[in-house]
Amino acid sequence: MSVSRFWRKIPQRYNLIGTQCTTCGRYFFPPRSFCPECRRDGEIVDYQFKGDGEIVTYTVIRSASDQFENTTPYVLAIVRLDEGADLTAQVVCTPEEARIGMRVRSVFRRIAADGESGVIHYGTKFVPAE
Amino acid sequence: MVGIYSYGVYIPRFRIKIPEIARVWGANADDLTKGLGVFEKSVPDLDEDTATIAVEAARSAMRRRSVDPEKIGAIYVGSESHPYAVKPTACTVGEAIGATPHMTAADYEFACKAGTAGIQTCMGLAKSGMVPYGIAVGADVAQGAPGDALEYTAAAGGAAFVIGNDDPIAVINHTCSFTTDTPDFWRREGQNFPRHGGRFTGDPGYFKHVQGAARMMLEQMGKTPSDYDYAVFHQPNAKFPQRVAKMLGFSADQIRPGLVVPRLGNTYSGSSMVGLAATLDVAEPGSRIFVTSFGSGAGSDAFDIEVTDAIASGAFDRSAAPTVEQLLANPIYVDYALYAKHKGKIVMQR
Repeated sequence: MSVSRFWRKIPQRYNLIGTQCTTCGRYFFPPRSFCPECRRDGEIVDYQFKGDGEIVTYTVIRSASDQFENTTPYVLAIVRLDEGADLTAQVVCTPEEARIGMRVRSVFRRIAADGESGVIHYGTKFVPAE
Repeated sequence: MVGIYSYGVYIPRFRIKIPEIARVWGANADDLTKGLGVFEKSVPDLDEDTATIAVEAARSAMRRRSVDPEKIGAIYVGSESHPYAVKPTACTVGEAIGATPHMTAADYEFACKAGTAGIQTCMGLAKSGMVPYGIAVGADVAQGAPGDALEYTAAAGGAAFVIGNDDPIAVINHTCSFTTDTPDFWRREGQNFPRHGGRFTGDPGYFKHVQGAARMMLEQMGKTPSDYDYAVFHQPNAKFPQRVAKMLGFSADQIRPGLVVPRLGNTYSGSSMVGLAATLDVAEPGSRIFVTSFGSGAGSDAFDIEVTDAIASGAFDRSAAPTVEQLLANPIYVDYALYAKHKGKIVMQR
């Protein structure tokens, strides 16, 4: 990932900054600048998600790309945040612990690094909250 | 009065027992655990480093007490294991708690006392009115070379203190420092692990500086050890803080709540700050706490701290973030092989 691409997404990656349509109340992550329901009547504002949610579904990655091969096997899940938006993120637990419906909360972790000398990509992962 | 507005701690969940490290190097586990007074130490997860620990500790401090991030005017992170040689960990912490961009920030390094140096800096900025609040963090994923004496204690963890003038949970009555150029422990640029002077780290290093700062504090405040309810000293092992407490006239009861090293290990820049946090976890309004850190190189910072009614008020919610005791509970034990993997000590083919 280029340095500028990572930098542009820091608000979302670090602090789960998404958006909300104040007209209909829907939350969006990643942030949308346009509400597909309200269209031109939609009022979009920034919203920081609280970081609590549950696992909708998950998979276990056992054969990963170079940046992640040191951490296999790891759990990659679709997490439904309590406000209603879904996102894909790692859940820090063993494959045996993971289950659909598990309550999780967000934590700040190292996601990947651009080699030994490149930028370190920090961001949000989830841990079991039960 | 300037003081601690809130505080938070983070300790990774993984632990390795000292006898497991001794097994690998053919050392006598009984001698080591008895000599050091340390039984296990914390180990970072594969995706944890000083920055993630500092962020989690700072976020815990913010959860315990509402503080407008816009009013945080300074962040200092003390560590000897900053993820970057050049690029401040403090900026990452600032971004992750929403305090950027109207703030100053810098990373500190002074072996195990860089975090308390950050507290002193924040005190100065808050007291002079330059910033409403400052955050000082001491955090490390402590380094110890394989087989070296340091490997038996070098641990991971950290603590964050929000410093300000506005209704603190604990007033910092006074701080003073004792500093000399003493080569008792060092790490040269580009080296992965620190080196140390063995027994030389004791008398000319730890004991001289801790006593120097502590006696200066007692003299300047006109107090004796019995005037304090609790005392916290830098804890590279359990033996040193117990011995220095005795030399100064503090009792075993006074240092007990803050002596976390037997189950945590030495979190370097986090060490005395996690000890202070563990003491604040049990302190009550009126409790008086004596703190002296130590950083090799060498220096000590002493603090006279007095807990206020605010710690028990509705404004501060200790239960909003885990206590040190809660963070030490329920660990996941790893063997030496997994520990080596977590610490990046296994050389991989690239």
